[in-house]
Amino acid sequence: MLPLMILLQAAGSTLGLMGAGFGAGLAAIGAGIGIGQIGGKAMEAISRQPEAVGDIRSNMIISAALIEGVAFFAIVICLLILFQK
Amino acid sequence: MKQRLKLTTVFVLATLSILVLSSAMFLKNTDSKTEKGLASTQKHTPRPFDAKEMIMDHIMDSYEWHLFTYKDYHCCIPLPVILYSKDKGLHIFFSSKFHHGESSYKGFKISTEEKYHGKIVEELPDGSIVKPLDLSITKVTVSFFFTMLLMIWLFVSISKAYRQHKNQPPHGIQNLLEPLILFIRDEVAKPSIGEKYERYLPYLLTLFFFIFFNNIFGLVPIPPGGANVMGNVAIPTVMALFTFALVILSSTKYFWIDIFNTPGVPWWLKFPIPLLPLIEFLSLFIKHIVLVIRLFANIIAGHIVALGFFALIFIFGEMSLLGGYGISFISVPFTVFLTLLEILVAFIQAYVFTLLSALYVGLALEEPHH
Repeated sequence: MLPLMILLQAAGSTLGLMGAGFGAGLAAIGAGIGIGQIGGKAMEAISRQPEAVGDIRSNMIISAALIEGVAFFAIVICLLILFQK
Repeated sequence: MKQRLKLTTVFVLATLSILVLSSAMFLKNTDSKTEKGLASTQKHTPRPFDAKEMIMDHIMDSYEWHLFTYKDYHCCIPLPVILYSKDKGLHIFFSSKFHHGESSYKGFKISTEEKYHGKIVEELPDGSIVKPLDLSITKVTVSFFFTMLLMIWLFVSISKAYRQHKNQPPHGIQNLLEPLILFIRDEVAKPSIGEKYERYLPYLLTLFFFIFFNNIFGLVPIPPGGANVMGNVAIPTVMALFTFALVILSSTKYFWIDIFNTPGVPWWLKFPIPLLPLIEFLSLFIKHIVLVIRLFANIIAGHIVALGFFALIFIFGEMSLLGGYGISFISVPFTVFLTLLEILVAFIQAYVFTLLSALYVGLALEEPHH
């Protein structure tokens, strides 16, 4: 147990960098899934009512921008980890 | 109108040419310094291409506007540095005195240490490093002054045109901006705020056009464009602070009751441990912080990716000349595509910031409808 903790402490900053990389990757996955869902549902909605294309498109873009904001939140935290001393 | 356009163009061209010519004058100083320093060739050996350094240089704010580098010759436009230090008082001088960060001037120098990297620090006689009050006109400041002047000119012209040609079809530059103005009024302000939208419309319009123009000019590589204005945390923070102040100032009593004593919620969420009031109070701040991060991260991510594609060309070029040319066939189209995407992102981020500001103000103004 104790050697393991010493090893963890010694590998300190490298683990932090790896964590930042994982965090950014997970954020990308999250954004991809979320925005993919929006796009898919928007396509279905357009196919059900083609004349509402304008409304659906603008709402889709707004939702995509808001969800991307959340993903960028995670990216910013990963960058903060990378660039701290 | 045409007279004023001509006058403004002449004014802008005159300012730019004066800046470039004055930088040429200051460049002579740099040249003589380089000649003196030829004995120590350490500084002038070409360093391998550092992608991270190039990207950081383009994204970060700086005290001079770097135009290009020809061999060892940095062509920059020097910008005024305004410092107020506690013991030495007010100092105003051009940043060319720093000779691109190499020399110090009257105890001030650009720090290369981790803590204050790239910022001006003052070296006190006892050796300690302290940061003076820095009100310099930096690259980002010049860029958004330019946007500000452009916006003032545009909107004063438009308002004058509206007053002179009442109830007539749009005239001149009104044609360009009227769809956007009406879009903000009808799709953002009216649905979100309701009846009192006219009081908030100037703020929302200013916010939208300021963010939009600054984002667009960040994509144009020619000065005074090309400075990463919204990619600095400071500027979106100030705008979110304005929105926050507006929300607090226009909040009704019912807004605060909804936060601290939400109606229709069971009592045990409020009484021994005020869980819901705490969450609601925190969300009041978090909503505005997220506004900042959304805008800042979107813009800076776009710039980093575009610069990364360009850096690819130089990284491959280090390996072999043909590699550099070859990868440019991929890099350049990607960068063009990314720039087009960034134009869309510029508009969307401006729209989302304005929409959310309007929504928050609208929520603050709500009266109870029983």
